[in-house]
Amino acid sequence: MQSIIEGFAAAFRLIVTLNPELWRIILLSLEVSGTALMLATVLGLPVGAFLALRRAPLRGLVISLLNTGMGLPPVAAGLFLYLFLSRSGPLGFIGLLYTPTAMIVAQCILAFPIVASLSHAAIANVDPVIRQAAITLGATPIQESLAVVREARYSILAGVMAGLGRVMAEVGAIIIVGGNIAGYTRVMTTTIALETDKGNFELAIALGIILLTISFSITVALRFFQRLGQGGTSGN
Amino acid sequence: MGLELEIIHVFRSYNGNPILRDCSFAFAGGRTYVLQGPNGSGKSTLFRTLALLEKSDSGRVEYRDGGRILAADLALRRRITLVLPRTGIFNTTVFKNVAYGLKIRGVSRAEIEARVNDALLAVGLGHKKWQRASELSSGETKRLGIARAMVINPEVFMLDEPTANIDSANTAIIEDIILKMRQDRQAIILMITHDPAQAQRLGDDLLLMQDGKIIPA
Ligand SMILES: Nc1ncnc2c1ncn2[C@@H]1O[C@H](COP(=O)(O)OP(=O)(O)O)[C@@H](O)[C@H]1O
Ligand SMILES: [Mg+2]
Repeated sequence: MQSIIEGFAAAFRLIVTLNPELWRIILLSLEVSGTALMLATVLGLPVGAFLALRRAPLRGLVISLLNTGMGLPPVAAGLFLYLFLSRSGPLGFIGLLYTPTAMIVAQCILAFPIVASLSHAAIANVDPVIRQAAITLGATPIQESLAVVREARYSILAGVMAGLGRVMAEVGAIIIVGGNIAGYTRVMTTTIALETDKGNFELAIALGIILLTISFSITVALRFFQRLGQGGTSGN
Repeated sequence: MGLELEIIHVFRSYNGNPILRDCSFAFAGGRTYVLQGPNGSGKSTLFRTLALLEKSDSGRVEYRDGGRILAADLALRRRITLVLPRTGIFNTTVFKNVAYGLKIRGVSRAEIEARVNDALLAVGLGHKKWQRASELSSGETKRLGIARAMVINPEVFMLDEPTANIDSANTAIIEDIILKMRQDRQAIILMITHDPAQAQRLGDDLLLMQDGKIIPA
């Protein structure tokens, strides 16, 4: 009990004194997950939109694959990426293993199916009357599609937040391809896992508090966007 | 003289159910037509076909300008409009809803501002300009749908049951808007209603949908 209280006290000291190592870890986490999410959105949103708006061949199959990808275990994603990036792997020559870039790629692989699949659902769920209204107001086919995607924007943002929640919380993939190198590839989740293992609680607790706060904010943002999305009517 | 519109021997069926059956009619420029008929008789289908939202199985919809037949392209679609029965209001502000048709036409910001303001005043929604459209009452939503279509100065203006399911105060406002449109514009106005008295008040020509055809009422 004593050690827990001491651990929390030390953790708060780290947070309020803006401990440089703590902040480096937090910033790298945000940088890696933020970049991964941005890439996943740039790639996933057009895929989701295309699947929702066009009758592409193999559409059903692609949607099933994306839905499966949403539940992809992070360790499995990390393992396969490791095999590709390791010295003897097909992409070993690029030398990406144990770099923040490899971590970004890993998290992008995890976030992409979430963003693509939830964007698809969001856009496919837009009331068809929105598309018709755009046409009656003189939209070109592209403007018509944009009107439908814009109508889904809050639900799409909720999907992006869900992706962020997943990558911020995962440890399995980045620990494998990032290696948790101090000062270089240590992020919040990997540090918590390893410092706890070493019995080094203060840094782990401090990061745990920050991580919980971030997760909570993501959930609040997600709820907020979901509510805004439901504000959409198609007229009475 | 503005646009003329003629529907010529149009057939349209859904799942083998014939809805429009050899439907022909010529609409003259500047007149207001009010179409009545039982539920399911094909009024909305006719309007969607006239608005080029749907293709007919056979026959054609012909738009003419000074006798010249126009191709059914974007340029023509931008001269006509249909206010849908479920309005299809966008999940954004009242202002942006009305601005939409002008924005996609590349109209300048200053002109959009002025024209949207005029349209909102015309339907009595000037004070709700920055409100979210989803917060409007059903009567206001209908009026917003009309403002959004009006602002693009359509030469053929179709309204599918613009006063269905709203109270008498809103109905009166919408009737006034349509009467004013009749005076001000060279447009062909077509509307659907189930209220015979309203048809009398608003229409130059009263029509009936019967057996898949348009007949004078
Ligand atoms: N997209 C559609 N698919 C199948 N049936 C339709 C569709 N649109 C209309 N119908 C059918 O066509 C008939 C005429 O509908 P509609 O034109 O909406 O009639 P009205 O507007 O006169 O009430 C109805 O029986 C309706 O069920
Ligand atoms: Mg109808």
